[in-house]
Order: sequence, then structure tokens, then C-alpha cells
Amino acid sequence: MQPLLDFLRAARSAGLRISPAESIDAARAVEQVGFTDRTTLRDTLSLVLAKTAEEKRLFAECFDLFFSRPAFTPDQAEDATPASADSPLARMLLAGDQSGLAAAAEGAASEIEVANITIFTQVNLYTRRILERMGLAALDREIAAAPPATADRLREGRDRLREQVRELVQQNLALYARGQAEEYRNRTLTRTRLAAIDRRDHDRMRKLVRAMARRLAAQYGRRRKRQRRGLLDARRTIRRNMGWDGLPFLPVWKQEVIDKPKLVVLCDVSGSVAAMAQFLLLFLYSLNEALSGLHAFAFSGTLVPVSDLLERQPIERAIPAVLDRAGFGSSNYGQALADFAEGQMQLLDSRTTVIILGDGRGNRTDPRADLLAAMANRAKQIVWLNPEPRPLWGTGDSDMPRYAPHCRVAAVCNTLDALDRIIAGLLRDGA
Amino acid sequence: MTPDWHDRLHSIEATEAGLASAGYIASRPIATAAYLAHHLQKPILVEGPAGVGKTELAKALSRWLGIGLIRMQCYEGLDESKALYEWKYGKQLLYTQILKDRLGAALGEEPGLDAALARLHGFGDLFFSEQFLEPRPLLRALREPGGAVLLIDEVDKADQEFEAFLLELLSDYQVSIPEIGTIRADVPPLVLLTSNSQRDLGDALKRRCLHLHIGLPDARLEARILAARLPGIEDELRRQLVAFVQQLRTLDLRKLPSVSETIDWARTLLLLHVRELDAAVVRDTLNVLLKFEADIETAEPRLADLLAASRRESVPIR
Repeated sequence: MQPLLDFLRAARSAGLRISPAESIDAARAVEQVGFTDRTTLRDTLSLVLAKTAEEKRLFAECFDLFFSRPAFTPDQAEDATPASADSPLARMLLAGDQSGLAAAAEGAASEIEVANITIFTQVNLYTRRILERMGLAALDREIAAAPPATADRLREGRDRLREQVRELVQQNLALYARGQAEEYRNRTLTRTRLAAIDRRDHDRMRKLVRAMARRLAAQYGRRRKRQRRGLLDARRTIRRNMGWDGLPFLPVWKQEVIDKPKLVVLCDVSGSVAAMAQFLLLFLYSLNEALSGLHAFAFSGTLVPVSDLLERQPIERAIPAVLDRAGFGSSNYGQALADFAEGQMQLLDSRTTVIILGDGRGNRTDPRADLLAAMANRAKQIVWLNPEPRPLWGTGDSDMPRYAPHCRVAAVCNTLDALDRIIAGLLRDGA
Repeated sequence: MTPDWHDRLHSIEATEAGLASAGYIASRPIATAAYLAHHLQKPILVEGPAGVGKTELAKALSRWLGIGLIRMQCYEGLDESKALYEWKYGKQLLYTQILKDRLGAALGEEPGLDAALARLHGFGDLFFSEQFLEPRPLLRALREPGGAVLLIDEVDKADQEFEAFLLELLSDYQVSIPEIGTIRADVPPLVLLTSNSQRDLGDALKRRCLHLHIGLPDARLEARILAARLPGIEDELRRQLVAFVQQLRTLDLRKLPSVSETIDWARTLLLLHVRELDAAVVRDTLNVLLKFEADIETAEPRLADLLAASRRESVPIR
């Protein structure tokens, strides 16, 4: 059973979510099919442990890694003059007994619990511990005492052995420590300011955003009702209690149906906010099940509808196209609001939430807060997401204090965590 | 209780051969899943694109093991009364009427109300007993004496509430009916759930199942499936056909043709007495393989290339 437990641990660290119940299933399944045939074992464990296409892929990777032990390649054509040696390690080295060495290394590795390795800086430490356990000290003494020819061969063998053991440790690191490292990275990324995230990490960020959106979509993807206890639904109460001559034994309360949100998004994609905009758009477009309508606009100077771009192609390609169409000018909020008021007002009704993403810095142009007020009157609510910290609102050319009174929510939103929190709030209350 | 088909599933190889004898060419993982489903008594959740033989697997199992197939198609709004059981309201009403007429006679000359009531209780819980129970697919599958194959088709189309309701059935092969109690299966049925991944199923459901993903088959498997389904087809045509479909799947299409489309296409070609594929024949029958106008438009200009490429490809047809 120990190999199975080790494998489960490796699989968890590779990112598979394996519950205790599934571990038990795995053990029962393996008992049924046995360890002898690797293909069968692989099919079996894959059936029990990996429950989505993505998990199947991770599983296959992990399974292959787990069962590919580093090869202890035999020596090439040494003149095998069997020199006498005292310690078993030296004897194996001189005889070129690679399978013996491999077994000894594995044994030592499990004795010092190499599976506890967590970060790459520990590789040297664990390598040394394994070698010591295998009898490195005795070997060194023997090298010092041996005649020069034998000593050279032993030294060479020792160096090769050290490389092989290091490889073994590195493989264990890959198997057992990856999960923790990944998790740590993901956790940090969700708290990093979005504008400061390196381009290198964008792929990982997209995955994170999708995962968050998927979670929310699963939670809020259906029509929900909420009981409002205390408000009697007279009509349904009478109907329900007809059997008792209309005496209300079972009261029926009024329910309110929580609609899926209908969103109109205006994104500032001028240089200062562009990084943030792409994650917001990605987030919203990954949510589609939980939304009943979504229109996106981007602006820096004039307002440009971008829904078509975002719907037609994968988001990775759509975002640069959006930036191409609208981005990187200096922002002019008044102009953008005027454009919206002129052409798109019909999108707003009492069930629409308008989300505006921007720092509210209009480069000293007319802010046209009156137009925002008109939009607020027509729409259900306006939510303003500002990547700047609150103390900076209103400094310099920031028009935030003039916009904020018309918004139901004006929030700082500069990390993935904050974004997740705000959108979850919108979905919960049926924005 | 061990069902009499228990011995047939004694090894993975036997399962594979058995399914083949029922006309279903199973890949190794599929046979493993069927074998384990029986021995661990766990349902199989089968996912994969439409038309790769998810439903067919259940049918083949029932044919091979000689037990009934009970099929339940899921849809939005499916609930207990349609899936599990319902009371026979009409019959209950009728009995009330009879009881009213006969009440006097039944109670006889009991002196007081208490005695009459006590007598009435003696008749047992008349209206909520098994006689008035109308079993629906799930309950039927549990009560089948020799076991059954229960196919819960397209479970992703049902509501989340229904999924939660399935959990008791799937983990313990039992259901609780408030008025009667718990009904448990003597012979647990083989349960298969299929899903086209329209929505993500809950973790609780997934945890209780073996998860089998059936993908599009490789050339060798597809050729074997064709041979099993259409015994009349000539080897050469079969080879060309499979090679072409495999090539077609490399295109960027909205819906890749799956096994069922390949079989339909082969059937069409047989009906048309086609002996060799050429561009004209393929163009005329492409709508059997591709179900979207956009896909046909994508594929049409490249037919000649695809055919040429498929001729170079060698397909092992044995």
C-alpha cells in the first residue's frame, strides 16, 4: 500500500483534488486489479481519481513522472579488475552493480523521508543525507586508504553516484513539492496589484481568473429565489390550505426571484488602466452562464463597442484587438460618457447594472458628471471600480469625487481578490 | 446476493471480449471501467463528445449480460415523481370511496368511538403501502430481482437539485420513501450516467462515481468498430473511410464528426454502392459527417488535400 499512498500524495501535489473517500476507492480498486500490469493500473487509477478532462491530463503526467525512476546507467566497459573493498557501497561501486546502487539509494531516500522536500534549495541537503545514509563516510575513508588506481575508480564512482542521487531528489521535488509551490504562487498573484503583474505571469493569471469565474458561475448560474419570511403570500396560502377549509395551517411566504445580472461595462483602456481592464473583461466573459446580458465598451478618447470582438474570438486574441481599436490615448471621460448618452442609452433599463472601470482622471477635460447622473437614473445602479487607492481620489486631475455620488458602489479594485469580491457581491444580490 | 452474471465479469479481458460479442468494441479503459463498476459497486460517469458511444455502452452491457436496460432521460424540471415513484392517486381515491361504503360493515357494532378507531387502525396503513406505489425508472432498477443496467442519460441536463437527490441512490443503492421506509436493492444495478458537459456536475456526484472519459477513437479502433457494426463493408473502403475521417478531425471544426457519424456515413456509402472514395462522392455526402453549414464550408475547399493525405496514411484494419 505504501507506493499507492506515495502516489496519492504526489497526485495531490500535482493539483488533483483527491478526497479520503476517493483514496479508499483507489485502494479497493487496486486490490481488485493488482499492481502487475501498469496500463491497467493507470486506467484504474485514472477512473477513480481524475474526474475532469484537465485532471485526466494532470493525472497522466503525474503517473508517468512517478513511475519513471532515474536510470542508474551501468558503467561503460571498465576493465573489471575486481579490487577488494570493505564497505558494501565501495563493493557495489567497484563491481558496477547499478541495480544494487539504485535499490540502496531508494531505500535510503525513503528512510530519510525525501518526500517531505518542499523547496528547491533543499536538494543539496537531501542529497547529502541520502549519501550519508548509504555510507559515504566509510567510502571516503576507504578512498583515502586505497591504492591510487582503486582510489581513482572509487572517486569517479562516488561522483557519478552523487549526480544520480541528486537526480532522484530532484524528481521527488517535482513530484511532491510542485503543488505547494504552485499554490503559493497563485495565492501571491491574487493579491498582487494587477497593474504590476509581469507579462510572464499573464497565462497563469488567466487560468486563475477563469477558475474564479467558474466558481461564481456554478454558484449563481441558475435562477434563484429567496424567501422573504414575514411577508404572507395570501393567494398561495389560501390555495395551499384549501384542504382545511381555508384555515391557514401552512402559511406561504412571498418569494423574490433574484434575476441574473444584466451588465453594461465601460472600460477605460488608456495606458494607466489597460492592464486592469483586460482582467475585468476576461472575468466577465468567463461568467456568461451567470449573466443574462453583457455589453462591453472600451474608451480612452471616444467610446467603442467591443462586445463583438470579445464574443467572436478567444480572449487572449481579443484583448489586443480591443486595445488596438480603443486604447492607449489619453483618457477623456466626458467624451466617453457623451458618446454613450448619445448612442447607447437604450441599453439601460431598471434591471441593468453599469460597471465603469477607470481611475476617473480625465486630463482636465469636462467630466460631464451630469451624464453619469442621467445614466444612474435610468439604470438600476452604477458600480465604479477604481484601481487607485482611495486617498488619491480627488487629487490632481481626478474627478472621482464628482462621479462617486452617482454610484451605488465606488470601490478600490486593484487585485484579483478585490475583483472577485466585488463581482461575487453583485451576483449574490442579483445586481 | 450474487447475480448469475457475476462470473462473466471475472476479468478485464473477459469484459472486453464480452462487450465485443455484444457488438461494442471497447477500448481498454472502457472495459476496465465496466469491470470495476461491478466489482467495486460504483456507478460510472461517462463523459465525452456526442456520438462516441456513451449510451451504446449501456445497451451493449445489457445485451451481453442478458439483463434489462432501464433508461432514464434527464431534462430540466425532472423531479422525484417522474424519476423515482409516484402514488397512484386514482386508485387511492377509488379505495376511499369503497371504504366509505363499507365502513359501517367493517366497523360492525363497536360501541364507542375509541373502539371503532382502534379497529380501523387494525387495517394497517392502507393508502401508503406498496400496492399504491407507481415505480418510476430508478425504483424499478432497484427492485429488479436479477439486477439491471440503469442508464441515467444526459444527467447534466437535469437540475442541480435532482443531482443531489441521486446521491443516496448512487452511493448505497437505496432510496428512502418517507411513507414506507428505505428500499434497498438485492442485486445492485450497474449504473451508468452520461454527460455532455453542458454544465459542470457537482463534486459530490463525481466523487461517488468512476469517471470515464470516452474520446474520439484512433484509426485502429475506429476501423474495428466499423467492421463490427457494418459486417458487409469491404476492407479497402473501410480503410479509406477511416483515414479520411481521421484527417477531417484535424481541421478546426465546430463539431468534429464522431463515431456515430462515421457509421452513418459508411452506411450511406454502402447504400450508394460506392467502392472507392473520390472528391465528388465525398462532397455529395459531406452533410452526413458534418452537421453545421459553417463546418461544411470550412471543409469543402480542402477535400482534395484531405483525400490525398488520407491515401498516404496507413490504417491498420485488422
